[in-house]
Amino acid sequence: MRTLCIFGVCFFVVFTSCQREKRDLRPVPTRLAIYSDAARQSPLRPGGAEQPQLRVTNPYNGSAYDIAEGERLYEWYNCSGCHSHGGGGIGPPLIKTDWIYGGEPENLFDTIVKGRPNGMPSWGGRIPEYQIWQIVAFIRSMNGQQPRSATASRADTIEQNPQTIQNRTGGATK
Amino acid sequence: MRTSRYIPTWIVLLLPVLSAYAQIQNQPDDGQWTMAAKNYASTRFSALDQINSGNVRNLKLAWTFSTGLTHGHEAAPLIVNNTIYIVTPWPNYLYALDLSKPGAPMKWVYEPDPTPAAQGVACCDVVNRGAAYYNGKIYYNTLDAQTVAVDANTGKEIWKTKLGDINLGESMTMAPIVAKGKVIAGNSGGEFGVRGWMAGLDADTGKIAWRAYATGPDSDVLIGSNFKPFYQAARGKDLGVKTWPGETWKIGGGTGWSWISYDPDLDLIYYGTSNPGPWNPEQRPGDNKWTSTLFARRPETGEAIWAYQFNPHDDHDYDAVNENILLDLNIGGRSRKVLAHPDRNGRMYILDRTNGEVLSAEPFAYQNTSEGVDLKTGRLKVNPNKASGYKTLRDACPAPPGGKDWQPSAYSPKTGLIYIPHNNLCYESQGVRANYISGTPFVGMNVRMYAGPGGNRGAFSAWDPVKAKTLWEVKEMFPAWSGALVTATNIVFYGTMDGWFKALDATNGKLLWQFKTGSGIIGQPVTYKGPDGKQYVAVLSGVGGWAGTVVAGGINTVDGTAALGFTNAMTDLGKYTTKGGTLYVFSLP
Repeated sequence: MRTLCIFGVCFFVVFTSCQREKRDLRPVPTRLAIYSDAARQSPLRPGGAEQPQLRVTNPYNGSAYDIAEGERLYEWYNCSGCHSHGGGGIGPPLIKTDWIYGGEPENLFDTIVKGRPNGMPSWGGRIPEYQIWQIVAFIRSMNGQQPRSATASRADTIEQNPQTIQNRTGGATK
Repeated sequence: MRTSRYIPTWIVLLLPVLSAYAQIQNQPDDGQWTMAAKNYASTRFSALDQINSGNVRNLKLAWTFSTGLTHGHEAAPLIVNNTIYIVTPWPNYLYALDLSKPGAPMKWVYEPDPTPAAQGVACCDVVNRGAAYYNGKIYYNTLDAQTVAVDANTGKEIWKTKLGDINLGESMTMAPIVAKGKVIAGNSGGEFGVRGWMAGLDADTGKIAWRAYATGPDSDVLIGSNFKPFYQAARGKDLGVKTWPGETWKIGGGTGWSWISYDPDLDLIYYGTSNPGPWNPEQRPGDNKWTSTLFARRPETGEAIWAYQFNPHDDHDYDAVNENILLDLNIGGRSRKVLAHPDRNGRMYILDRTNGEVLSAEPFAYQNTSEGVDLKTGRLKVNPNKASGYKTLRDACPAPPGGKDWQPSAYSPKTGLIYIPHNNLCYESQGVRANYISGTPFVGMNVRMYAGPGGNRGAFSAWDPVKAKTLWEVKEMFPAWSGALVTATNIVFYGTMDGWFKALDATNGKLLWQFKTGSGIIGQPVTYKGPDGKQYVAVLSGVGGWAGTVVAGGINTVDGTAALGFTNAMTDLGKYTTKGGTLYVFSLP
């Protein structure tokens, strides 16, 4: 019984770790499926009935390697230039709950491929599909939507000097 | 003996005031406001005198106008022929309001329809800094890099010229000027690896007469045989190529996104170029000419006459685009035609505007990145301990928005002082390798800004350009991101990012009057004489700009590096103001 238990625990650990450490050794370079049917942005369904919907899942969900790759690519393709490290700037923040064009993986994929009219460039044909999914996995991780076991404990940016944290009472005024 | 000692002192003190006053007065003040900086000398000084220190406390709201937009409103309203013209941030509407009727109803609105995608290449909010009036037309730039001419009476488009390409990261935000029949305008995009330029367009047709690049071979920079820079460092062939590694000058910045002044006597325009790209200096060894440089050019041909580089091989995003105020000052015992330029690096440069010689460069804001300017070579003596790059840099001041950013100063010939709205910010940074992808940011620097010594993030100060020192300073909680306006009655106006519109005594900085507007003020105050003969003061309220992106752009403040690191210094702005653009007009009862 005890052996069986240990075996069971080992099996469980190995099995769950598999996902975290899974690597796609030969990713499809570019397929560019546009998941327009799947990436719905409105919960309002005319007629009331739930319409049949394609299910899309990010192949890299929960994979530590791919989330880390996504973080590297997020810098590499200058996503950070507009969205900073999630706080936004030229583009809107990515750490948030109120997504204009939807925050599900298929929405994020769709946004990156197609672009959006108010400044988001259209990256379709520029970034291989598997890399877009890696970036999507990283963006989801910034919002705590990836398993903690698969995400980095801190961001890859400079550590803030505690003395430079803004005094929220605001300093001098007149 | 006594008198002979007394009189020279008296004359010396008064001379600069008198001579500068005479020069400015050559441009008569008809109570209108036809270009953003009020006049070619960019003094933002109005001779109107009804509002004075005795009655300014009675200043009341006359009327308001909502622009219906929620991004940063940096423009100066124009007032011509009893009409007030307002250029808004993207989508760059031009409103004309009729001052001859009660409440100034709308005459017309012109909508240039710039592509919404242009918002993706605007580094620091989708602002516009205003228009210029000339010969029956209003000229201004759209965010998607077009210059338009609109009939000032009817609002009909006369011409529209596409000058840049958003797919190269180019946009336009600056207020053009018109000099010698040429509309002069430059591009924005120093954070997108664009190649900076300034262009001259025929005011009647919109045809491009010249385009002067800030980088590249002399033929592109319009450097020819008449180019006579004062210092050795600016002499030599094709320095716009040789001071860059490889072909990086093609993506090296040097945009002309801010102010242009014009001296009709010398027939020279003056403007500065932006920071080099990328911010990460380790990717571009060399002096990176002609970025962060002041150019003197002929308005009709664009030909360069002299140039002076404020920040060779800039490490800190110190653009040289700030305003150049043209003054005649008595310096070292003789009258000099000078140009006052408060630079991003925190120093107030006084240059001889005939040849580009630096006369003084003393700090007007707290700084530790430079130790002065070598007046023999003209070169800035940078502090080697504050060089930026891949290593982590701490405690460097001023931060990338500089001792002062675009927010224009004013000069009063009455007091002889320059009134400077400015910042008090320091920063820490760490470089990363910037990857050039056209149409996307090209920065390569993670930045966090914070308040400089004293804890106040901004200040409004009065600078004596002859003695080269601050006479008085008012501390502000947030960066003073609005323009300044000074009147003949020694009243100086400016606004704050928490929404106060203030009138100070120009001689001592005493607060005389203030009014709380609906949103933070980053616009340029102006004053004019209405059709009823009364003096009015107008300013756009509507927070935004780089400093206000944290509110206007809906930033998540958990990320201090957001908005190029400005967020870290502005996390509390949202507690003090909300977004929304409104024109406020004030008058005496």
